[in-house]
Amino acid sequence: MLELAYWPWYVVGPIITAIMVSLLMVGRRFGVSSNFETLCTIGGAGRISSYFKTDWHQRKWNLWFLLGSITGGAIARFGLLGTKAPAHISEATVATYTALGVTDAGEAYNPSFLFGEQVWTSPMAILCLLLGGLAVGFGTRWAKGCTSGHAISGVSSLQIPSLIAVVGFFIGGLTMTHLLFPVILPFILA
Amino acid sequence: MIRFFILGIVFGLALTMGEVISWFRIQEMFQFQSFHMYGIIGSAVVLGAVFHRLAARFGWKSIAGQTLDVFHYAKGWKNYLFGGAVFGLGWSVTGACPGPLFIGLGAGFLPIGIALFGALAGTLIYGLVADKLP
Repeated sequence: MLELAYWPWYVVGPIITAIMVSLLMVGRRFGVSSNFETLCTIGGAGRISSYFKTDWHQRKWNLWFLLGSITGGAIARFGLLGTKAPAHISEATVATYTALGVTDAGEAYNPSFLFGEQVWTSPMAILCLLLGGLAVGFGTRWAKGCTSGHAISGVSSLQIPSLIAVVGFFIGGLTMTHLLFPVILPFILA
Repeated sequence: MIRFFILGIVFGLALTMGEVISWFRIQEMFQFQSFHMYGIIGSAVVLGAVFHRLAARFGWKSIAGQTLDVFHYAKGWKNYLFGGAVFGLGWSVTGACPGPLFIGLGAGFLPIGIALFGALAGTLIYGLVADKLP
């Protein structure tokens, strides 16, 4: 483990643009959430809904991209950052979440109540991840894109639907972070 | 296919090194307590827009000589706004958008697999009710 410092925004943002441009140059479009559809199609979802009866072979390249992403995540955390590296969040965020009862804000990369070993024996944490994931899958297919397809690809090519989708992302995200999550959290931590 | 795999590695590396796959970073963003995530998304969008502008101006083509194939989203607003809001709820609670759901697995945050399973189930449910939604 090299225990390198985390990368600042002005390194990460341009890399994401470079990925989008590289994909465009080889005739592909940068969007991650369509892979959910591809995986359902491969799993045989075409038998229960014609929505999934698509030719996934045209989207096979995106699964390779995905496999690379998973590999990149492993290299970064286990090889470069080190597993003890925290997320360098602001003091305000540490204060907010410590006050809500999260014990490892500012010390961990991800909170143990949602990503640690204890999750496997916590029905509330499992339910939270499951329903949250459900919303991500359902919502991104309904909106036809996620952060990569809409916020980056769509907004940078000045598409109004993508701008509307990003407004939607924030309506949902702000509602959860400010109104719902403070109510849900005590049940997970209990 | 190896080139997509390599681009994926760069994507996974950048998002993990940049703490984009951190649940805390996503809360920080929705709490407006740091510029970090806005800097990442904002700079990616601005640079992307500059690229699209130059590409249109100078008629840049793909390596195969074709017009750059950007997404073209159908008109309308309901599915984008409502679908976007549903996604936003999930993005906040899991701290992960679709890319990080996969990258998080690679980075060893195994419980995120539960959310990934949920996302596939959510996609399946969407497929079943798609024609009944706006």
